[in-house]
Amino acid sequence: MHPAPSIIVFTTLSGLGYGLAALLGLGVLDPSLVATKIAHVLALLLIAAGLASSTLHLGNPQRAWRALSQWRSSWLSREGVMAILTFVPLLWSAWAAVIESRYLMLPGLLGTLFAGITVYCTAMIYASLKSVQAWHTPLTPLCYLLFAASGGALLGLFFAASSGGPLLLLSVMAVVFTAAAWTAKLAWRRNMDAMAPLSTPESATGLGDIGKVRLFERPHMTENYLTREMGFRIARKHAGKLRQLSLLSGGVVPAVIALVLPIAGSDGGLIAALAMALAVAAHVLGMLAERWLFFAEARHAVMNYYGG
Amino acid sequence: MTSLPTQPTAKKLGLVIDLDVCVGCHACVVNCKEWNTGGYGSALSDQDPYGADVSGAWLNRVHTFEVMPQGGEIVGEAGEARIVHFPKSCLHCEDAPCVTVCPTGASYKRAEDGIVLVDEDKCIGCGLCAWACPYGAREMDLAAGVMKKCTLCIDRIYNETMEEVDRQPACVRTCPANARHFGDFSDPQSAVSIMVMERGGMDLMPEQGTRPVNKYLPPRPRKSLAASAAASPLAEDTEGAKGFFAWLDGVLDRI
Repeated sequence: MHPAPSIIVFTTLSGLGYGLAALLGLGVLDPSLVATKIAHVLALLLIAAGLASSTLHLGNPQRAWRALSQWRSSWLSREGVMAILTFVPLLWSAWAAVIESRYLMLPGLLGTLFAGITVYCTAMIYASLKSVQAWHTPLTPLCYLLFAASGGALLGLFFAASSGGPLLLLSVMAVVFTAAAWTAKLAWRRNMDAMAPLSTPESATGLGDIGKVRLFERPHMTENYLTREMGFRIARKHAGKLRQLSLLSGGVVPAVIALVLPIAGSDGGLIAALAMALAVAAHVLGMLAERWLFFAEARHAVMNYYGG
Repeated sequence: MTSLPTQPTAKKLGLVIDLDVCVGCHACVVNCKEWNTGGYGSALSDQDPYGADVSGAWLNRVHTFEVMPQGGEIVGEAGEARIVHFPKSCLHCEDAPCVTVCPTGASYKRAEDGIVLVDEDKCIGCGLCAWACPYGAREMDLAAGVMKKCTLCIDRIYNETMEEVDRQPACVRTCPANARHFGDFSDPQSAVSIMVMERGGMDLMPEQGTRPVNKYLPPRPRKSLAASAAASPLAEDTEGAKGFFAWLDGVLDRI
């Protein structure tokens, strides 16, 4: 599948934003601190930037509002509806924290729940497609949810470190969610590597009864929308290295930093904040690589008609 | 509404494509583009149409496959591999995954005849339906930013200003080999239903669970290479000659 930059940026940023919003909804950061107020604003900005990015690949973005209508059948529509609904508790919580320095349990927990549902809907857009076999597994939404939680906890730990707040709880959350996310992701990759193709050139043409089927001629000499969109193969040769780099940068580096901070006895401050900024930056970089692979490595059934 | 019709559609209009007959001339491809670029919805645009890297939206494409029977061999140009020309357009699936994923309601399946269509005024061009289709039946029109697909020539088949013989999809009407047939699959007595029954019409990718309406007729079995080689050339065999030719055969033998 073609890894469209707008979609990669969208899923990465919105995942991070919803993760942070979900964490803030739990009330683990002190709303009277400036860092927590900034965190609320940042979560909303990340979500908004992600959603704005997602409209960039549309052919007719002026009609995007119509995408809210088919929530009965479409995960993309459900995601749109949930994204808007989630803004209600998030804005309420952000108002309470930023203006009134208060944590409100009701909008807080509602925001956490809705953020989770929104990320789930995003993941189900991909996981519901039977035509892309690697995505069509419950591991896909699990990975998206855990990566959002991991990113949110890492960002939360960054803000706690910047304001000199207690780090232990957030450190534990960051390490646990990051480890869980990558455990799920490695299972997802094993699943993809081990799967026998659901559809083959034989089943796609129905000619398997006669014998082995091989593409002889494409319908056109040049590329078309389908081969560009579903037949992406550029740089797949680097997939192995990118897999390791994404794990290192998106998982190992941030988890180690998050683990070391409380062990080193840090209770926040400049060094801790800088270390966590590095951890978050590494995580985002790793996530971008992970999302690129998510698209670039997934094979679409239609390529059985195009010789691979 | 992008929910599929809850009841089976009253009619199941679709195509039968005969892989035994298709000669791969691409006439259906060209006539499809010709008709549909001026018919339903926006024009079918091409990008860089006169340049080296031309591409565009097509609703029907002909692929060509080589099929090698088990244990078959390649002997020059007379090997056992078969060439099968393979026209492919929307299969108007009963469980069309392209319909249910649509977030706007632009993509829908008609309850009356089962045709899957795109309402271009509602389409936002997100491309998710093209991802959901395992067959590659949908292509984005890059100029209009909306999804294009086979309409089964809905502007021909119900068009009473046309002569009855022309009320067929453009691809069917134009096929010089009669490899494409249009009809109603919900009627067991229709020509297409009978063809499917007699020739073992098949679904493409049944494992995807889409229940396509369009059916493909498999190529008829071919004699093996060895069997063809053993037969004596037809011109040297006078066994069945009768009357004047039998007499002539005898005379010529005696000379």
